[in-house]
Amino acid sequence: MSIALKVENVNKYFREPEEFHVLTDISFCVNKGEFVPVIGKSGCGKSTLLYLLSTLDTDYQGKIFINDQLLTGESQNNLARFRNENIGFVFQFHFLLPEFTALENVMLPAFKLGKLGREEIEEQAMDKLRELQMDTFANKLSSRLSGGQQQRVAIARALINNPTIIMADEPTGNLDSINTGLVFDIFKELSHQNGITILTVTHDLDFAKSADRVIEMVDGRIKNS
Amino acid sequence: MMVDTLIAKRHLMANKKQTLVAMLGVTFGIAMFILMISFMIGVNQFMEDTMLSSTPDIHIYNDIKTDYTVSIAGDYFKNKNLLVSVRHPKPKHVNLNLKNANGIINDLRSDPGITQVSPFLSTQVFYNYGPVQINGYINGVNIIDESKIFDLRSKMTEGQPEDLLNTDKGIIMGRGLANKLNLVVGDMVTLTTPAGTSMSFRVVGIFAIGIGTIDDTRSYINLANVQQLMGKDRSYITDINIKLINNKLAPSKAGELYKKYNYKSDDWQTANSSVMASNIVRNVLTYVVSITLLTVAGFGIYNIMNMTIKNKMKDIAILKAQGFSGHDIVRIFLSQSLFIGFFGALMGEVLGFLLAYALSRVPFPHNDFISLKYFPVIFNPAHYLFGLVFGVITPFIAGLMPSIKASRIDPVVILRG
Ligand SMILES: Nc1ncnc2c1ncn2[C@@H]1O[C@H](COP(=O)(O)OP(=O)(O)OP(=O)(O)O)[C@@H](O)[C@H]1O
Ligand SMILES: [Mg+2]
Repeated sequence: MSIALKVENVNKYFREPEEFHVLTDISFCVNKGEFVPVIGKSGCGKSTLLYLLSTLDTDYQGKIFINDQLLTGESQNNLARFRNENIGFVFQFHFLLPEFTALENVMLPAFKLGKLGREEIEEQAMDKLRELQMDTFANKLSSRLSGGQQQRVAIARALINNPTIIMADEPTGNLDSINTGLVFDIFKELSHQNGITILTVTHDLDFAKSADRVIEMVDGRIKNS
Repeated sequence: MMVDTLIAKRHLMANKKQTLVAMLGVTFGIAMFILMISFMIGVNQFMEDTMLSSTPDIHIYNDIKTDYTVSIAGDYFKNKNLLVSVRHPKPKHVNLNLKNANGIINDLRSDPGITQVSPFLSTQVFYNYGPVQINGYINGVNIIDESKIFDLRSKMTEGQPEDLLNTDKGIIMGRGLANKLNLVVGDMVTLTTPAGTSMSFRVVGIFAIGIGTIDDTRSYINLANVQQLMGKDRSYITDINIKLINNKLAPSKAGELYKKYNYKSDDWQTANSSVMASNIVRNVLTYVVSITLLTVAGFGIYNIMNMTIKNKMKDIAILKAQGFSGHDIVRIFLSQSLFIGFFGALMGEVLGFLLAYALSRVPFPHNDFISLKYFPVIFNPAHYLFGLVFGVITPFIAGLMPSIKASRIDPVVILRG
């Protein structure tokens, strides 16, 4: 099995307001198609780690590889293209563009990628929304959706470009237990059937236990289990 | 790129009021620019046209310049060992004519850069009006040559220039002068020279150039008649008017002619330097006011773009997280600014045109010195092109800085909330 994500000796400091060593000697690998929850206490550095892995934050020491490609030190433009093509990101706080409908929000990253025509993109976006039971809200302005609905649209958006890896920061934070189950079922299915690697921060320990492997963080370190 | 313009369009549409306000700033600036430049250039054109209709491209004449190094006093006191100083010397006798006028005229006629040469004899006269004598000038001309230089035919309000040739002792008179003397075509008028000789002429035509100082004082008479009136011979010429193929070359040509004949040669630009200067002042004024208005509009756009970007920080972070590059962000916001500029400018051109057109229909206040029916306005496509270019450059500059700032936003800071 090939490696989707490799982290080597990553350290990160916050310098403001005072120097704070937020991540210490992080090293781990995630295989292709693996579904890995990340757990840990609030404030232990889970979100910070995810921002590094998603290439949004480039201020760290160590090395990060995705698909065997070293991303550390790449230019911002290259990283942007890489994110667009390979990484689906679901934020801890659901973020959609308020002037666009749910469907359009899902379509935008595919427009940016520019590999498919408008019709195909729309079709795929509708498929993703349907999987998340959001197809009936497709043409509603995203600012008019409830928190949980927005979160599901955000997940559909992360899936649109068929990324090799999806990183999610508490994607079910606003969802009821039924929808939470729905999201995790989709994630499992994506990883096991479509071979997409999924790394998701969660506080849902029951669910985490059911996963193949769990990464547990304590005070900016990975706890060896 | 397509998706960038899509996002830009949504942002503009989401804040229609704000977009419109920013656009109106540009619209107003461009409209004022179009109105001002159309009017100012119209005035300039009018001034230049009137100027050229009364001033030849080059005017050669004998400027009184007496040489006082030789004087009667010197003759009288010669051989005596004295230092003689004469206060306020005056000439005893001056001939204002051009010596060897025929030679000069023939020489000028063979010059390929010169299309028309009109020699004439100009003198001051008194027009007798009952007991009153009115001061004025007469130009003794070959009317065919003279009318080719000034297009007199189109300036005639009564009669034709040729009528001068068909009448013995005819006179073509400026309209203002004819009114003052209460003369109509067919009437007789008596002129008296400063030397005291008098002669009567029959009015055969009346002209109006549109400049009071000329229409109120000048008349045309056949050259031979004036020579006769002044008791001069047939070669007595005081002035030569010249028309060039290209009147922009007049200053250099005038210098050349001065060197060649040693007579004062005025080109039309020098002769009308005060008019030329006020043309420049008007041009500068137009551009200063327009640039000021556009700068204000530019600051308006700058403010609105900054505000938009502040409101859209979250969106920028989301877009970046999804793989939109800094260039995309610049494009998204810069294209909004350019859209505002382009359509604002377009609306400004329409508004400016309408205002300029309206002005061109406003009657000009009646004035004895200027013959203008309406405000002079010029419609030049180049001005509209310039306005459009300017209307796009201003928002480009105004939008560039905020857009670049937007592209530098660190998404992580925003996404953390
Ligand atoms: N910009 C910052 N400057 C300084 N310290 C920060 C900054 N952002 C986060 N921190 C600190 O870094 C630590 C890790 O933060 P992070 O957001 O990664 O925690 P988390 O594990 O995601 O917590 P939660 O489960 O509550 O989301 C926290 O102690 C936080 O106070
Ligand atoms: Mg977090």
